[in-house]
Amino acid sequence: MSTSRNAILSRLRDANPEAKAMETITYQPWVSNDAQLTRQRFIDGLSASHAEIISTDRDALNNVIKNIVVSKQFSRIALGTAGEFHSDIVKATQSLETPAIETMTFDCDISDLKSALFNDVDAGITHCRAGIADTGTLVLWPDISEPRTLSLVPPCHIALIKRSTIVSNFAELMVTQTWQNNMPTNIVLVSGPSKTADIQQTLAYGAHGPSQLVVILIEDM
Amino acid sequence: MSQSNNGVHIQELAPEHFHDQAKAALADPQLRQNFRGAMDYLQDKRKTAFSNPAEEKHIRDLSEAIRQRCLSKLPDLLEQLETNCTNNGIQVHWAQNAEEANAIIAAISQRHNAKSIVKGKSMVSEEIELNHEMAKLGIECLESDMGEYIVQLDGDKPSHIIMPAIHKNKQEVSDTFEKNLDNFTPTLDVDELIQTGRSRLRQKFHDADIGLSGVNFAVAETGTLCLVENEGNGRMCTTVPNVHIAITGIEKVVEFLTDVPPLYSALTRSATGQAITTYFNMISSPRRDGELDGPEEVHLVLLDNGRSQAFRDEEMRKTLQCIRCGACMNHCPVYTRIGGHAYGTVYPGPIGKIISPHMMGLEKTKDLITASSLCGACGEVCPVRIPIPEMLQRLRNEAKNPPKPDMPAMRGQEAAASKAESLAMKGFAFAASHPSIYHMGTWSATKMKALMPSNLGPWTQCRTAPKPASKTLHQLIKARKQGEKS
Amino acid sequence: MRIYPAKPIKAYFYATCLVDMFDPEAGLDAITLLEQQGIEVIFIEKQTCCGQPAYSSGYDKEAKQVAQSQMDLFTENWPVVVLSGSCGGMMHHHYRRLFKDDENQAHVDAFCDRVFEMTEFLVNVCRVKLNDKGESTSVVMHTSCAARREMNVHVTATQLLTQLDNVEIREQAYESECCGFGGTFAVRHPNISQAMVEDKTRHLSDTQASEFVSADWGCLLNINGALEYQGKPMRGRHLASFLLERTGGK
Repeated sequence: MSTSRNAILSRLRDANPEAKAMETITYQPWVSNDAQLTRQRFIDGLSASHAEIISTDRDALNNVIKNIVVSKQFSRIALGTAGEFHSDIVKATQSLETPAIETMTFDCDISDLKSALFNDVDAGITHCRAGIADTGTLVLWPDISEPRTLSLVPPCHIALIKRSTIVSNFAELMVTQTWQNNMPTNIVLVSGPSKTADIQQTLAYGAHGPSQLVVILIEDM
Repeated sequence: MSQSNNGVHIQELAPEHFHDQAKAALADPQLRQNFRGAMDYLQDKRKTAFSNPAEEKHIRDLSEAIRQRCLSKLPDLLEQLETNCTNNGIQVHWAQNAEEANAIIAAISQRHNAKSIVKGKSMVSEEIELNHEMAKLGIECLESDMGEYIVQLDGDKPSHIIMPAIHKNKQEVSDTFEKNLDNFTPTLDVDELIQTGRSRLRQKFHDADIGLSGVNFAVAETGTLCLVENEGNGRMCTTVPNVHIAITGIEKVVEFLTDVPPLYSALTRSATGQAITTYFNMISSPRRDGELDGPEEVHLVLLDNGRSQAFRDEEMRKTLQCIRCGACMNHCPVYTRIGGHAYGTVYPGPIGKIISPHMMGLEKTKDLITASSLCGACGEVCPVRIPIPEMLQRLRNEAKNPPKPDMPAMRGQEAAASKAESLAMKGFAFAASHPSIYHMGTWSATKMKALMPSNLGPWTQCRTAPKPASKTLHQLIKARKQGEKS
Repeated sequence: MRIYPAKPIKAYFYATCLVDMFDPEAGLDAITLLEQQGIEVIFIEKQTCCGQPAYSSGYDKEAKQVAQSQMDLFTENWPVVVLSGSCGGMMHHHYRRLFKDDENQAHVDAFCDRVFEMTEFLVNVCRVKLNDKGESTSVVMHTSCAARREMNVHVTATQLLTQLDNVEIREQAYESECCGFGGTFAVRHPNISQAMVEDKTRHLSDTQASEFVSADWGCLLNINGALEYQGKPMRGRHLASFLLERTGGK
């Protein structure tokens, strides 16, 4: 209702607010130039939130993925259609060594696989765009190749992240990547498996989002 | 339907009945214990998250400055937000009050023949009584935040803005599930209780026609809605259903994307002592061409409902700096002892006291603004430095006096005005500025101390009456001086 | 961080209305403490009340009237030492808010700048060194909310106690929580106030300290009244009296 819009805006403008200049205090979040410190802080943050972190070099990646899936006795994995490590993911889950594992490729509208995603899939596997060391955080930019629900609906989320993409803090990330120029439909910061302390302040994991988060840290640095 | 406050029906709680509601809460030992335990826990969590006083000061100063800058430009930022959201494909609606907001949401729902709305956590949706209004139209609103879910099962209302079921212990949660859910085995195991919630709600996310959420920060620069959560139900509600409706108060706008990280850090640490929440969700548009999931329609409802009244002058505007962390109520000695329901308002505790008069009028909320000793524990922890005791002082003045010159009347202006009290205060002011009269009074009090009544009404219900000294200091000093002279 | 002046030769003394009526001895004791520091204490007889009762009830105009009358008494540029954190907070902090954007705002700000609560004046202006002459004892202190949050003087009050070698300082549970006085709050919301003061008396008594002190008579009226009502033996006195006694001045 444009009358409501105008009424609200004119009420606000009647107060004649004097616009304040940009503040001179600068934000000082955690920052480090020490690669080892940065890496460790990232790992510590995620571990403290009950995520599993597995470090691997590039070559061993598809074995690591395979081992996770096998050791957790997952039988159905959902994956996207592209990404830097897409072939490793495919290789790990569709090899002759893992006949028991079925894959579901998210290559159609969600309406065509919604029930399967909710009820049958054990884990969704995605790439990450970046990581934040300060808070132990994964940064996901879901897109056509890896849709939003892939990292959300299945009870386990397996996330692949390159060491070289981990930066110190959130502010630094959005500034160096100039997010303000090109925001995607959705960005999600993930810092652990789902949790809640709503019942008598007692922490419990696996509320609505994935109850397991497995982070594969690819040591490319 | 839930009983709370020793038999007062939950739906009848109102700020006008604050005295009775508070009295009943104070007499409830289980409530007192639950809240004391919960507040101790939350205070401790916050303390650990702000272990460095210099850093704490820095982030609070910065957060205050950011919120004040953004508020100072609010009308322009709202227009910028609208433009950028609209360019992104988000449909923006403006609602002056609850009625308009509900009408907007009803219209969207009816256009989609929606039978159910699954809700992430939104205090603004409580403010407009969305569930109740939609139910009248045959649209079911399902709470998915664990705390809100528990509260909804019970026909109850949230008692805290971050942890809605804080007034319940795990036994009471188990009882709630047992009473309302089929095939539930009572348990005190919190993991099992949470798994119960998870499994019962999962299908709702799958089936819902519409997902509704609040907004923690709305970024004008990019037309982005930011949502803070731990559970994942927010992501579910804003990703799975085909329609997403976000509702927010108009004060939640920030100017730049870079305003978000410090405010987000201040919020999570102040609310639950977390460095970061499990998820931070940034939504800038509905599903774009080629994308395979996500809502095809995203709506943003901007709600005024009295916020523009708080905006009117620079002092009162500080009320709107709030980022809804709940730290104020976690540290409030009054809230700790009476719990959230006793206020009878959607927003309880210190922040509730200073915004409810703008949303509901001073006539209904005049007892809330005096229900504070002005101890300042709230202001001491507010991440955006709202001077809550000063806001209360200001509201007390507005409740007793006409508006300042050149200011329009507030809703409920002079609602607590009392001729008798006003005269007494004028008398006090006169006496205090005319020493001889004042000292006559104090002299008489000392002379009549034996006649001091032992029953001073409310004071003496738990204290003995104070006894004046036999001579005032003034008299003693005077006597000393005269003694020195002679 | 407040910047403190050098020790002056003269200082005004603001007793507060409650000390005047209920514990004038504390007023005399505080004056003595200041005189022991070489200060010539000026007591303006016309002082009455800082105006807080009107202010916290929502009567800004009447509070301003009283505030102006008090400020007019302290004409010389000497410090005004106040015997309470809440009256101190009123005069140092809230007078500024009352007179914001008024014609005489600069004058009011200058006045507020020279208002000091007793303990911060003793510690940071006089740089007092206390010599404990008393027997071993234990003390628990309650600090008013205004003293703590408006004036930050719980720090200086504690420092004064720490200077007494034979005094063991005990801390009560929920030490920084309000006692429930809040001026008119105690009579407007008596049940909530009662719950708060009952918790406070319990926490203080649980320390089993021999002595209980406070630098604020509003809190003492409240807590002592409740202690007496409950038949508990503990009774509080003003910090000034305790300090003077311990240092042999009484």
